[in-house]
Order: sequence, then C-alpha cells, then structure tokens
Amino acid sequence: MKVTITVNGNQVAAEVADRTLLVHFLREVANLTATNVGCDSTSCGACTVLMKGPGEAGGGKSVKSCTVLAAQADGCEVTTVEGLADGSGQMHPVQAAFHAEHGLQCGFCTPGMVMAAVSLLDENPAPTEEEVRSALEGNLCRCTGYHNIVRAVLAAAPAASERRSA
Amino acid sequence: MIPAPFTYKRASSVDEALDLAADDGEDAKFLAGGHSLLPLMKLRLAVPEVLIDIGRLGELRYVREDDGHIAVGAGTSHDELARSALLASELPLLAHVAGQVGDPQVRHRGTIGGSLVHADPAADLPAVALALDATLVARGPAGSRDIPASDFFESLFQTTLEPGELLTEIRFPKPEEAARWAFQKFTKRAIDWAIVGVAVQGGNVALVNMGQTPLRATAVEQALAAGAGPRDAAAHAAEGTSASSDINGDRGYREHLARVLVGRALEESGTRA
Repeated sequence: MKVTITVNGNQVAAEVADRTLLVHFLREVANLTATNVGCDSTSCGACTVLMKGPGEAGGGKSVKSCTVLAAQADGCEVTTVEGLADGSGQMHPVQAAFHAEHGLQCGFCTPGMVMAAVSLLDENPAPTEEEVRSALEGNLCRCTGYHNIVRAVLAAAPAASERRSA
Repeated sequence: MIPAPFTYKRASSVDEALDLAADDGEDAKFLAGGHSLLPLMKLRLAVPEVLIDIGRLGELRYVREDDGHIAVGAGTSHDELARSALLASELPLLAHVAGQVGDPQVRHRGTIGGSLVHADPAADLPAVALALDATLVARGPAGSRDIPASDFFESLFQTTLEPGELLTEIRFPKPEEAARWAFQKFTKRAIDWAIVGVAVQGGNVALVNMGQTPLRATAVEQALAAGAGPRDAAAHAAEGTSASSDINGDRGYREHLARVLVGRALEESGTRA
C-alpha cells in the first residue's frame, strides 16, 4: 500500500508491503538508521520514536516502532532522534544532557532512551528520580546501570521545558 | 521478525469495520493498538489474512458517565485510562492498573478492548474487568449484545465473541465504595507479565495468571462475606484455581503467591476504606 509519513518534518511517501513495520520504513525507506532494532519484541525500547496522529496535540508520544505497522503510521508525524536537534545543529537539551552526564557507553540503546526521555518530559516537565526510573522501564541498557541516564534526564528537565514553551 | 503477509484495511467507522469483517469472515482480525496482536503475528503464532484497522476510530475512544455507570470505549488506550480524572474518582482500581500495564510506550498504543479480547490470563485488565463486574458490549452483524465479564473469558486466548463481532464498549457499575480497592502484581522486572496478580474491589477478588482464564477467587469472597479477616480469607486464595507451571514458577509456588498477594491486597484495600 501507499504510505505517507511525515518524518522529522519531511514527507516520506512510498509503496510498501502491508506488513512493513514502522522501524523498517524509517531505516530502509526514509534511510534514517539511528533508530535501532534491538529485541524486536516490544521489550528493549531501542526502536522508540515519537508518533503523533492526525489532529493530535503536542509533540507526539513514545512508541516502539518494531510493534507499529508503517500502515498504522500513514498520515502521522514521526520524530526520530535525527529530528531532535534544531535547524542550526544545536542538540536537544536531552541529547546535550546525555553527553554532559555521560548517559551512554556503547550507545545502542541511546536513540530509544533519548526519545523515551523526551516523551516523558513532554508529559511530566519536572519528574522526580523515581518517576524517571519508572518512565524508562520500557528501555533496556546493558552497559550503564542506568544511573547516568537517570541523572541526564533529571538534568535536562528545566531546559527541555524551556524549549517547549519557546 | 516480520509478520506473514496479510492485507491491511483501514475502517473509517465501526459500521464499516463490521462490514469489512463480514466480507472476510474468520480470516480477518481487528487491529487496534496492535500490542497483543502484532507480537503474536511476528512470531507467526497468529496468521490472519486480513487486518481491519480500527485504531483511529474516535467513536471507540471515550470514558464517560452514562446512566449511573461508567462507559469506556474499547479503543481507549491504557495511557488515557490512567490519566482519566473520571476514573480516578469513580474507578480508581481501573485507572491504577491501566497505569501498570507494560511500559509507557505500550500504554500509549495498547487499548483496553485489545487487552480484553486477547484474553491472556497473565494480563492485568481482564482480572480487573472481573473484579469490577464489568459488562462487555459487542457489536456484530446481528446487532449489539451485552456479555457479563464472567461469561466472556472462555479459555486461554479464547473469548465468547463470535467471528465478525467487535468489542465496542466496557460498562462498569459504580462500586459502592470506590476507595476500597487494591492491586498486587508480582513480577521479576517492571515490564513483565504478572507471575501472579490480584485485583480487589470491595468484597470482589480476581486473580491474574492462576488458570486458563482470569478467575474470581470465590472461596476468598465467601470467607470475607462470612466475616473472615484478610489473612484468614486469603488462606482460600488457591481454591478452585489451576495455575500452570513454567520457567517463572511451578503451580505450588503460584498458589503460595496467590495466598500472600490476596492477603496483602485485602489489607491494603481495608486501609483505604
């Protein structure tokens, strides 16, 4: 079927098999390969992106793109980690905080972790440490032990909130 | 992992979805959030030939007060349930448990109707529907019918819905004491299915993952009605159950967990009263 998805502000249209998963559309049709396929079974969250349906408010909600059909995202807006930086290349506050707080080691989980954190801060601009930990329960990291990731999300909260209201 | 080939159709109304299902018969499945169905299809445990997408139907997404009960559209996401102010005051058990399903990403996509029709005995919401004496409203070619939650879950992944029937609404009577609720779930990791879970509303007690379907803990409820305290009533928690044995625990372990968790849940609901 013909699928049209606005990915990071750019319209991407393609004829794809009905069974195409959103993550494969992003990686192989839109050629955006930051979104990783980890477990491929709705557990690890490495494929997390933001998805906003037609007529929905806000910046989109976190979804696991290995468990969404491209067809389900037809007509939607999708944001991947490649779409977070602003036009001048300035990193999103969550990206900057992951850098500053050393919130990654191998980096495989990082795109999904960052998108889950952006979605959390959209819903809850000033989360407690406990709330950050529970909001990241769908994202697995096998390197860091999560401490620096949680620290990065907490550190990003004020600037992320400022950016949204700007 | 990629699902086996199928034909995707998007319905623009419930009527159209029912018409499409009537055309394709037993080869078709309804797709809402897809968070039960798509994982099964990727494992090729489900191989429908046609998917009818009902995920965008606004007419299935609502939580409202309706003639003395609470009506929830089957397409309402777990996240929307967890954030509903009406549920927080009238059915706090449902709001709380919806916020415990899976993880935030799953809750953004998964729907209450999808979870109920999937009928996994390890899922949280089917037991909540039982504990709250819900009525499930199904629409099909022959019209609409009401199915009590106690008649809905037939066996493992099997409900009494007929082919071509669509669950459209879940109706909950308002509990006499909404605040007397509790939910206990034992998992190894936050996002796991319950090894055993318990939902309590007033004197109603329902068990997660203690048999082929979600179950009411009838013996516990009878003991409570006869005046037993939480601990004495909880001693009956495994009666009438048929828990399975798997990598997470054998049947005896699950029976022990059921007694412990029912005891905790009854004590917790008592402190809220």
